[in-house]
Amino acid sequence: MTVVFEKTRGLTDKETHYCPGCTHGIIHRLVGEVLEEMDLLDRTVGVAPVGCSVLAYDYFNCDMHEAAHGRAPAVATGIKRVLPDRTVFAYQGDGDLASIGTAEIVHAAHRGEKITVIFVNNAIYGMTGGQMAPTTLIGQKTTTSPFGREESHAGRPIRIAEMLATIDGAHFIERCSVHNPKAVRNTKRAIRDAFTTQQKGLGFSMVEVLSTCPTNWGLTPRDALGWLEENMIPYYPMGNFRGKTKEGL
Amino acid sequence: MEKVLMKGNEAVGAAAIRGGCRYFFGYPITPQNELPEYMSRELPKAGGVFLQAESEIAAINMVYGAAGSGARVMTSSSSPGISLKQEGISYIAGAELPCVIVNMMRGGPGLGGIQPGQADYFQATRGGGHGDYRHIVYAPAGVQETVDIMVQAFDIADEYRIPVLVLGDGMIGQMMEPVEFRDPPKRKLPVKDWAATGTDGRRKPNIINSLFLKPEELEAHNIKLAKKHRLIEENEVRWDASLIDDAEIVFVSYGTSSRIVRNAVEILRAEGIAAGLIRPITLWPFPFGVFDQLGSTVKALMSVEMSMGQMVDDVKIAAAGRWPVGFYGRSGGMVPDQRSVVDAAKKYLQEVR
Repeated sequence: MTVVFEKTRGLTDKETHYCPGCTHGIIHRLVGEVLEEMDLLDRTVGVAPVGCSVLAYDYFNCDMHEAAHGRAPAVATGIKRVLPDRTVFAYQGDGDLASIGTAEIVHAAHRGEKITVIFVNNAIYGMTGGQMAPTTLIGQKTTTSPFGREESHAGRPIRIAEMLATIDGAHFIERCSVHNPKAVRNTKRAIRDAFTTQQKGLGFSMVEVLSTCPTNWGLTPRDALGWLEENMIPYYPMGNFRGKTKEGL
Repeated sequence: MEKVLMKGNEAVGAAAIRGGCRYFFGYPITPQNELPEYMSRELPKAGGVFLQAESEIAAINMVYGAAGSGARVMTSSSSPGISLKQEGISYIAGAELPCVIVNMMRGGPGLGGIQPGQADYFQATRGGGHGDYRHIVYAPAGVQETVDIMVQAFDIADEYRIPVLVLGDGMIGQMMEPVEFRDPPKRKLPVKDWAATGTDGRRKPNIINSLFLKPEELEAHNIKLAKKHRLIEENEVRWDASLIDDAEIVFVSYGTSSRIVRNAVEILRAEGIAAGLIRPITLWPFPFGVFDQLGSTVKALMSVEMSMGQMVDDVKIAAAGRWPVGFYGRSGGMVPDQRSVVDAAKKYLQEVR
């Protein structure tokens, strides 16, 4: 019998706590696969956030560091400055990165910290039960915007990739999605490009990954993927914002 | 080694590097700026890294990351900045990481002022952050003592895997005194096999963490921390006591204010009143034991602080009803003068006689 597929060594055997249909699992797997394929796993330190992926330290099969809410880029900075020859990544959600942690992400990018950030944007606070995030779309109903997000009250959703792309120290910035197999493959390529940016010592790298939250969106996993494609991608366009040229990274 | 004349803040930096500190993350705030400035000049020469963070919050989280990587790391700030670091200090204590934090206190609350104060006693000793944690607090009374503590602080932090706070004030940071750099007694330090530095394929992943979702696991963790705290209380409590054997009134004072009280004790003695001084060098663990040595001559205790009365609570706990406890304090950057301390002591003795 031939083995045609094996789970990546980049993830532990621990069963995840994610809800059915949540795309965190896919994104975890992509990060794990890239680290394994680039042979970086044994020389990597990851930083887990506060939010749905708070337990990511149990899932990634490398040394991990659990950060306070929003502070993962600062923690990753401390690690990378002590261990400049190691690969350091932070895995953050949109409440963590785009709300409470904006200072830390902006300044990590601004300093050109040679770290990689995986930014999972599902337009909602998942872990705490579906509250409005800075990334929540206009009209989107959440437990703290029960009548739908209103621009006059809560402003428009924040576009992190575009914002960070204005910063010189940010070498690689790309937005991807995982709503279909093609998008998943593209996301894996972007994650690889981001880690390659770090390997080459070029500067800060971030991949924003549009993700679903079927539980708090109140949709089936399949409908959630459709909702992402129809509603999130028009507002959060996919593509490379910084760091990719015809010649490469 | 010869004595050199150094400003307190710079002497702290020199002593930290001598004590093995190689990483410094901080954010500017008066009156401690000479310390990060010194580190930005001198740490690179020692093969280390100085990084100015975007905020005190980021700085303490960089300390958290560096400490989890096994480095000898510190940050420094002054009162309002230390408030911002409290969340991070709670995480560092919860994850059992070693680091050193310097607070050159100024007057508060709020933005307060920039003159010296001692109003962060509660914050320093009661855990300014959330949760069941403690950390060691040193309160040096001069530049030499600050230096002696700083060169040991990183060893002590490593030995117990705990944050060490050095609580100075604007006076100690800003004044110049002659100092001598002496190596501390050697401690047996545990190997940092817990550090998250990459597995190199040789071990299972290390996880730096303070999250325990199961209550029984968190309680077990807190019991483990409490056992460590008891060990520190047994081994690391430090104080200085002078003229307490025949004392009628015993002052309790630390840091800058204790220097003024020392003069007040001399004046009172010259005027025929037997005064003594207990000077806690560690504020946590507080030197409760020394109070048991006080004899039957003692009529009263008096806490003298640059605050509206904070350490006085610990002095009352130490007194345990055996003696009345008075208080004299100045606040907002005002420093007590010796004559006022003398007068306050005399008045209090009359009240309690």
